[in-house]
Amino acid sequence: MRDFDYHWASSLDEARRLGAEEGAAFLAGGQTLLRDLKHHRRTPTSLVKISGVLPREIDLRDGGITIGAGATHAEIAVSEVVRERLPALAGLAGHIGDPAVRHRATLGGAVVAHEVAGDYPPACLALGATVHTTDRDLAAAEFFAGPGRTALEPGEIVTAVTFPVPAKAAYVKFLNPAARYAMAGVFVALAADGRPRLAVAAARADGAFRWREAEAALAATFVGDALREVRMPLDGLAEDLFADAAYRGRLAEVLARRAVSLANGAAPGVAVFSHGSPLRVGVAR
Amino acid sequence: MPDVSMTVNGRAVRGTVEGRTLLVEYLREHLHLTGTHVGCDTTQCGACVVHVDGLAVKSCTMLALECKGSAVTTIEGLAPHGAPLHPMQVAFGEHHALQCGYCTSGMVMMAVDIARRLGEADEATIRDELKGNICRCTGYHNIVKAIVAGATAMAAERE
Amino acid sequence: MDSQTQNPDLHPPAAQGPSVGRPVRRLEDERLLRGGSRYVSDLIAASDALRVKMLRSPHAHARIVAVDATAARAMPGVVAVLTADDVAGVGDLPCDWQAPGMIAVPLQPVLVRDRARYVGEPIAAVAAESVHAAEDALAAIAVTYEVLLAVAEQEVAIEPGAAQLHDALPNNIGYRFRRAGGDVERALAEAEVVVRRRLTNNRVAPAPLEGRVVLSEFDPASGRLVHYTASQLPHVHARALGACLGLPLHKLRLVAPDIGGGFGAKLCFYAEDVICAFLSMRTGRPCAWSEGRGESFLATTHGRDHIQYAEIAARRDGRITGFRSRLLADLGAYAIGMGPGVPAINTGFAVSGPYNIPNVATEVVGIFTNRTPTGPYRGAGHPEATFLLERMVDELARELAMDPAEVRRVNFVSPSAMPHRMPTGWTLDSGDYATNLDAALKLASYRELRERQATLRAEGRFLGIGLATFSESSGVGPSIGMGSVGFRRAGHESARVVVHADGSATVFSGTMSTGQGHATSLAQIAADVLGLAPDEVEVVQGDTEAVPFGTGTFNSRSMAIGGTAVYEAARKLLDKARKIAAHKLQRRPADLTFEDGVFRPSDGLGVMAAAAHAGKKVEDKVVHAVFRRRMGMDLPPSDREAGTVTLTDVARDVHLGHDLPRGMAPGLDETAFFDPEDMPFAYGTHVAVVEVDPETGQVALLRHVVVDDCGRIINPLLVEGQVHGGAAQGVGQALMEAMVHGEGGEPMVGGFGEYAMPRAADLPSFETGHTEVPTKLNPLGAKGVGEGATIGATPAVVNAVLDALAPLGVTEVSMPMTPMHVWRAIERARDARGTKGGGDA
Repeated sequence: MRDFDYHWASSLDEARRLGAEEGAAFLAGGQTLLRDLKHHRRTPTSLVKISGVLPREIDLRDGGITIGAGATHAEIAVSEVVRERLPALAGLAGHIGDPAVRHRATLGGAVVAHEVAGDYPPACLALGATVHTTDRDLAAAEFFAGPGRTALEPGEIVTAVTFPVPAKAAYVKFLNPAARYAMAGVFVALAADGRPRLAVAAARADGAFRWREAEAALAATFVGDALREVRMPLDGLAEDLFADAAYRGRLAEVLARRAVSLANGAAPGVAVFSHGSPLRVGVAR
Repeated sequence: MPDVSMTVNGRAVRGTVEGRTLLVEYLREHLHLTGTHVGCDTTQCGACVVHVDGLAVKSCTMLALECKGSAVTTIEGLAPHGAPLHPMQVAFGEHHALQCGYCTSGMVMMAVDIARRLGEADEATIRDELKGNICRCTGYHNIVKAIVAGATAMAAERE
Repeated sequence: MDSQTQNPDLHPPAAQGPSVGRPVRRLEDERLLRGGSRYVSDLIAASDALRVKMLRSPHAHARIVAVDATAARAMPGVVAVLTADDVAGVGDLPCDWQAPGMIAVPLQPVLVRDRARYVGEPIAAVAAESVHAAEDALAAIAVTYEVLLAVAEQEVAIEPGAAQLHDALPNNIGYRFRRAGGDVERALAEAEVVVRRRLTNNRVAPAPLEGRVVLSEFDPASGRLVHYTASQLPHVHARALGACLGLPLHKLRLVAPDIGGGFGAKLCFYAEDVICAFLSMRTGRPCAWSEGRGESFLATTHGRDHIQYAEIAARRDGRITGFRSRLLADLGAYAIGMGPGVPAINTGFAVSGPYNIPNVATEVVGIFTNRTPTGPYRGAGHPEATFLLERMVDELARELAMDPAEVRRVNFVSPSAMPHRMPTGWTLDSGDYATNLDAALKLASYRELRERQATLRAEGRFLGIGLATFSESSGVGPSIGMGSVGFRRAGHESARVVVHADGSATVFSGTMSTGQGHATSLAQIAADVLGLAPDEVEVVQGDTEAVPFGTGTFNSRSMAIGGTAVYEAARKLLDKARKIAAHKLQRRPADLTFEDGVFRPSDGLGVMAAAAHAGKKVEDKVVHAVFRRRMGMDLPPSDREAGTVTLTDVARDVHLGHDLPRGMAPGLDETAFFDPEDMPFAYGTHVAVVEVDPETGQVALLRHVVVDDCGRIINPLLVEGQVHGGAAQGVGQALMEAMVHGEGGEPMVGGFGEYAMPRAADLPSFETGHTEVPTKLNPLGAKGVGEGATIGATPAVVNAVLDALAPLGVTEVSMPMTPMHVWRAIERARDARGTKGGGDA
């Protein structure tokens, strides 16, 4: 990787100032940024280390869980608050990457990276999350502006995300056998007001999206079978060695049904399917 | 060039490195702790796993500078020179859980982390927890058995 | 470590008594566990070597019009830049296994001269003070390419009009190699059943966790080169390096320290070794290169890659009467290393496996394509033969509605027929395949599995049981045989055993461990002969200065051949020690036993008693004086007590040389070479149990049973480890691994993000058993075990998935059987049956 200046921010204000400069990039857990630097996908001239100034608390208030952007996936996975009130999110966090990556990677970093196969974006969309930054609060749909892009202005830092607590929720993904992130991932939630929301990750090449047809079908009845006739359009679906558009679309359909079934079942409501590993019997229909 | 300072295997170290120096490079090339290995370029193989502030991390995906003020433990620090092997190391040796040895340091460090977090986990859980550690030689069979035994031995030590 | 033992079943390395056949914990582990390993990269980290980076062709096929390194040479930290002109005097990379009848042998140059023929082919090299400086300089080398059409698949490459890689090879065909026995035409014509298939065996990457790595240190003052490299063949590669560079071997020392896995990838002799040595000779500085993971998928040989056409002829009772195959083997862009010989010989001769098939014919076509060259990969040709045969046997079973275990059983060569000469010409030396199969079926509870399958099918679930039985030639040698099939490498192996003055021993072996545990297994062999504990024996490998002769480790030969050489050298040494002991005890060597490290007269009699027994009359005081002198102590009170001499006593005295038998040289130091008369055939049975989710194509590998026969087991712990690891790689090829290229030869795999390596959660714990039919081809009775499990695992898993999906009408899933491939096969079968509708079954 190219060399860079390194700044250890001692306050959020200092971080914003340094991060607003040209060629600067924020470094939190580093699991996506450093990977990108090693492969020359990004070439910042200065890194601003913000782990020390990002909030990390996890609080339940007003029917929502607010998680500091500096919380690691490992911390979120074992948080009693999250496990109790939003176990699907705890389970999601607990299955990102691998345990060593989870010890460093943060919610803020994942949300800002907005990867096509990222696990948080569909959760944010399906739960109707709010992304808090140093400057404003944004609805998740506004925050995610395209694959790898967000609505953040230069120097603006994500400080926390609030996830409204749903009545039901589940997350299901099928791993790419090589990269071991999602080949397709579905987060479904039945909001407290009874409205279903379902978001799909890793299917479309432009990132996670709310699947409106599926939501409409689920509005009638919130069961997996309600999605039997709902087809994922193949246009714009991502393609790689392990999933072409046709397979990926079918996978998303199957996982959506399973996610709804799981949401109707007992907690924690998370299933990770992986080639070679045991089938999740009971979720097969 | 920036200064770097941290504790490695209980010893305070300082140096001056380029910002882009990865922790694994710092350990191997500056401190000559070559027990930690590099096996891939996509943060997947786990040959580089060490402990930073008590948690398993991939030293190929951390900058040395990020470890300012932190305590780093490498495989060499698990059983310092002359000290008896850590129970997890003993378990690996006794269960033939290493062949070429290249993944072993990272595997042992991850195993210790798993045992600390989850105690005496079952085999299915251990296999899941090893998602970020690739072994090409052993087929994982003996590694899993070793981790079960090592976790039990670690629990016994704590009592 | 013994005081901390957690596993009471182990045989402690310090224990006396026979250790061969016992589970001895590895002697080398403590060092590796403490982080004290010394891979070449560790030596580089401690050195001030220049760092070398290679500029590689981004095109699968391109003429190199010009290479301009001027800017690169001027960059900071750059010490040297090499292009083809700079290495004009350097020899091409060797191909030491040229298939018989090869039309021409297109060798790979060290740096591209006229045409790059695969993405990744080395074009230039930079040596700089740091990795970063070298990388920056690479970017500054300006290359002008004239891009040419490329061929990236065998059947495309042999089409008339396809792009030609090498002028001397029309249609890119390197050879057509045929083996036949009997009359297969007639068998096909007269058969009651004929099954025909086209199958593919996917290209895979061996992908040891340690990439290739070189540190070369030339000392201008002495003209000596010390070359550190991760090589499975230190002596062969030393010769290759010397030949390429014109450096005499007495000035060249090649060291392979710890190696992080090989699996065949480190058998080839590569350009980067030559480049680093050349740069070191030119700059007078040590030069180091290490392969990045992404780079490894371009720069290191791949394995397998066949398109296979097969016809199997049989009677209705399951007896196979004929087997014909045509195999299109992709050699990649060049003939390098063992590449061409592997498909021709190892597949071509092995096509009938463990079965008694009287009429066999095969044609192996070696084809060049614009892809990374192929080479040996765990099994090297046998997996390709076994996959084909075991798939066809299962197809036959399906056609005949017979149990696949029974079809195999009725076709096995029986033990009473051994040694059995196969129609292709190789000879199965020993084996009891039916007993082995039965053991596997029992371990798997086969009958219960079939019942469970039926129950689950009724519930709409898809359980599959897959079998594979295989035999493989292991322990390669004999040298004469190798020569006759174009393999220009020795088949013998050397060992030197030395017993030091304190009774401890060192074994110098020409084999080379890349994780197999030779430091323990070879120590056990020597220790048993010499009455030592395994931890009293040190094994030295991988240094051409310490071990002057050697062949290396490949084709599962290190115990059968290398171990036998150790055994023979140790026995020679023991014979000498026995003579010395006899001299001390005033007995004949044949009168002595040797047990637990002690020579004692077999009749248990003391000197005087023995003498009296022999009818001699000897004066007391003379006897006492003689005894005192010989034994260094007084004759025990009882003249009936037998004197004893330990090996340590002999060792001490033999180095002093004060009192040796007349004419005997001092020292205990023997070398032996073993060149076998033929290859022993290891074999085994695999039973894989899977469940398939038809909605997603996910395959769950529920159980994997292996009963392996590698002849006499030296260390069961190590054998188990080879079975587990070998099976894992076989499963990987079946389910997820593939080195994929686009139509134009562009690699679609850049690292582990696209190349699916099996993880712990993908695999079950393996259930293993062993049968142990020794071979007569070496005194140990040992066959090879390193590759067998890979050979058997792949077809077992494939057969299991097809068995699972048979009710859905699926007849083929190509490897790797990824979820998408499985799902697609199910969809195709459904479309073929005319069933419409979305959703699941």
